[in-house]
Amino acid sequence: MEPAQILLAVMWVGLTLYALLGGADFGAGVLDLLAGRSRAGMPQRRLIEHSIGPVWEANHVWLIFVLVVLWTGFPMVFASVMSTLYIPLTLAALGIIARGAAFAFRKASTELWQQRLFGGAFALSSVLTPFFLGTVAGAIASGRVEPGLAAGDLVTSWLNPTSLLGGALAVLVCAYLAAVYLCDDAARSGTPELADGFRLRALVAAAATGAVALAGIAVLHQDAPRLYSGLTHRALPLVVASAVLGIASIVLLWRRRHLLVRAAAVLAVVAVMWGWPVAQYPAVLPPGLTYQEAAATPVVITTVLVVAGVGALLVLPSILWLFLLQRRMPYDSHQT
Amino acid sequence: MTPLAVLAGPASPADLVAARTQMALSLGWHIVFACLGVGMPALLLFTEWRAHRTGDADYLRLARRWATAVGVLFAVGAVSGTILSFEMGLLWPGLMGVYGEVIGLPFALEGIAFFIEAIFLGIYLYAWDRLSPRAHLLSGVPVLVAGVASAMFVVSANAWMNQPRGFDLDGGRVTGVAPWAAMFNPATAPQSVHMIIAAFMVSGFGTAGVYAVALLRGRRDRYHRLGFLVPFTLAAALSPVQILAGDFAARFLAGYQPTKLAAAEALFRTGPNAPLHLGGLVLDGQIRYAVEIPSGLSMLVGFTPGTVVQGLDRAAPADRPPIAPVHLAFDTMVGIGTLLLLLSAWLALSWWRRRDMPASPWFLRFASVAGVLAVVAVETGWVVTEVGRQPWIVYGRMRTLEAVNPAPGLWAGFTVVAVVYAVLTVAVVYVLRHVARTGHVAPQETAET
Repeated sequence: MEPAQILLAVMWVGLTLYALLGGADFGAGVLDLLAGRSRAGMPQRRLIEHSIGPVWEANHVWLIFVLVVLWTGFPMVFASVMSTLYIPLTLAALGIIARGAAFAFRKASTELWQQRLFGGAFALSSVLTPFFLGTVAGAIASGRVEPGLAAGDLVTSWLNPTSLLGGALAVLVCAYLAAVYLCDDAARSGTPELADGFRLRALVAAAATGAVALAGIAVLHQDAPRLYSGLTHRALPLVVASAVLGIASIVLLWRRRHLLVRAAAVLAVVAVMWGWPVAQYPAVLPPGLTYQEAAATPVVITTVLVVAGVGALLVLPSILWLFLLQRRMPYDSHQT
Repeated sequence: MTPLAVLAGPASPADLVAARTQMALSLGWHIVFACLGVGMPALLLFTEWRAHRTGDADYLRLARRWATAVGVLFAVGAVSGTILSFEMGLLWPGLMGVYGEVIGLPFALEGIAFFIEAIFLGIYLYAWDRLSPRAHLLSGVPVLVAGVASAMFVVSANAWMNQPRGFDLDGGRVTGVAPWAAMFNPATAPQSVHMIIAAFMVSGFGTAGVYAVALLRGRRDRYHRLGFLVPFTLAAALSPVQILAGDFAARFLAGYQPTKLAAAEALFRTGPNAPLHLGGLVLDGQIRYAVEIPSGLSMLVGFTPGTVVQGLDRAAPADRPPIAPVHLAFDTMVGIGTLLLLLSAWLALSWWRRRDMPASPWFLRFASVAGVLAVVAVETGWVVTEVGRQPWIVYGRMRTLEAVNPAPGLWAGFTVVAVVYAVLTVAVVYVLRHVARTGHVAPQETAET
């Protein structure tokens, strides 16, 4: 493998981790929105806070990692994507700031009306941010971002069937992951009635994701034939794997095998996340721009790879420790 | 492949203004939280360490209270910093498309530092009662180290824009990139030292200011005195060091970016016996109402009145920054630095004479606004750095106009962003006042109480 390929893979690992970890934090916000009225939804919201509070900031850094690797390793791709998709990315950025700030504010508030206000902002931005990021994915995948500064259409590049599909899928997948994780968390915290609530939501989210994905086949066939052909040929094993794992996760949810559900759901999302680049490889900005053309000078790529390797030695054990501590943190459902 | 810079259409002047204002707003907003994110962990660790060593309940209360504030501040700092990495591409794709690979290294390092900061802050804030006191204290150390390191990394990327090194240009594409040479450019040391000290001063004076207000309102117990004295002492000790670091930065400008120094000092003509202008306003291309110290600038730059200092006349008119705001910002920063030094000396004198802080309420009155002043000094310092570099985004290499996103409608985006930041500012101030007033400590941090 050449260095640029490795860096592309490293970046995609980062994006996958962002989807699995950061995505679930957004999904928790989506579920927060659906948790019901203030008093009835209190236990769910408290568990959500307990589960994502210690980790969301660390999970969020994966996005920054991906952005930095993209602009360092493939500067033209970064410049083209950011300048053409200026509108959805500005909205996503504002969603990120609103989500993080409102979540921290809610935690620091004591009055019900404050918690409602900040909680509402937290939940709403948790829906909008993955939606807009999903439209960005759809724009790139359907070949609507041309290389060059604002060279693609500023509006139709992200307001089109594939982008809307991407946005809807992103929100649903986030909600699905969050429901699966929270179901497991609730079961381990000894709150079976909460676990059942999240189990139901996970089932609904899984079914909805499956339905949208099925409808998506027709959308892609019409709107993004090149991507469609990639997904039905080279990436077909991954597409099939994600479908099988998705169905498996529903069965396991039904049988309350919470930890196995977590694994199946994670793998299903990983399969989707890798299906896309495999379908369009070696293009980074389909149809024309390949990673070889877009790659930075070799010395930059090797330097970033070395830094990322050293960084991984520092970051990964620390993250594991954080996750272990978080898992072992006692959850007291009667806290005030 | 046609280079991106060529593909870029001309940006309208209004959109350029919108992009610059949006960047200034987001950076100027983030920098406050970034400063607190760098400096607050030091205060937190010091008080917690004292609490463990002495079993002192007041120190422990302070550490717990500051931890709650840091939880909010860090969250806001993290997300407002993320916006900036978006805006690098949303607003300045011309810069990133060409030079992204040259300045990628410090950002990659910063990403790792940010990871460490976020992970260990999560552990520090949420696992307070799950770890032994010693382990908990140690879990805070990476937050401090990574915070200082990430400040250095990010500032080195900005320093590169002032002193672009480590690449060649060939037909609009960079070649021969040397990432480490780009990162350790001549501006990195003066800028990052100045900024990191500033971050600790903002944190120290800012935190002390909260307690100065409480002391003025008559809450003169030990808890409030400690809450004032610990952060104020840190900031006061750094005040003289910062004057030296500022002198280092200005002397660097004289050698490497003379046009910026000339704008900061409102020096129009090149020559020996360059005067130092204190205050004054730049109107119609000349400085008025300033106190002029003959040969002052020459003395500061080269220690002799005969030192030739380069004035604005050496730069072509199209290559000059706007002089009035740069000079005003520079004088504001230096003036505040001097005031803070005097305030620090007041405390030192009083402590030396009577082993107590000054009895005069005027001391506390000044101290209660010192944090705000320190923030103003940081903001004006960045105005000097950024506006003083104009019209260049990469000094001598790329004009800001060439870097801006050619997409129409940046004005609309700026308006939305400005509204969101206005709402956010109100919310942050409200929540922090709430934390300070009620002493609410989030549930996860008091599991044992």
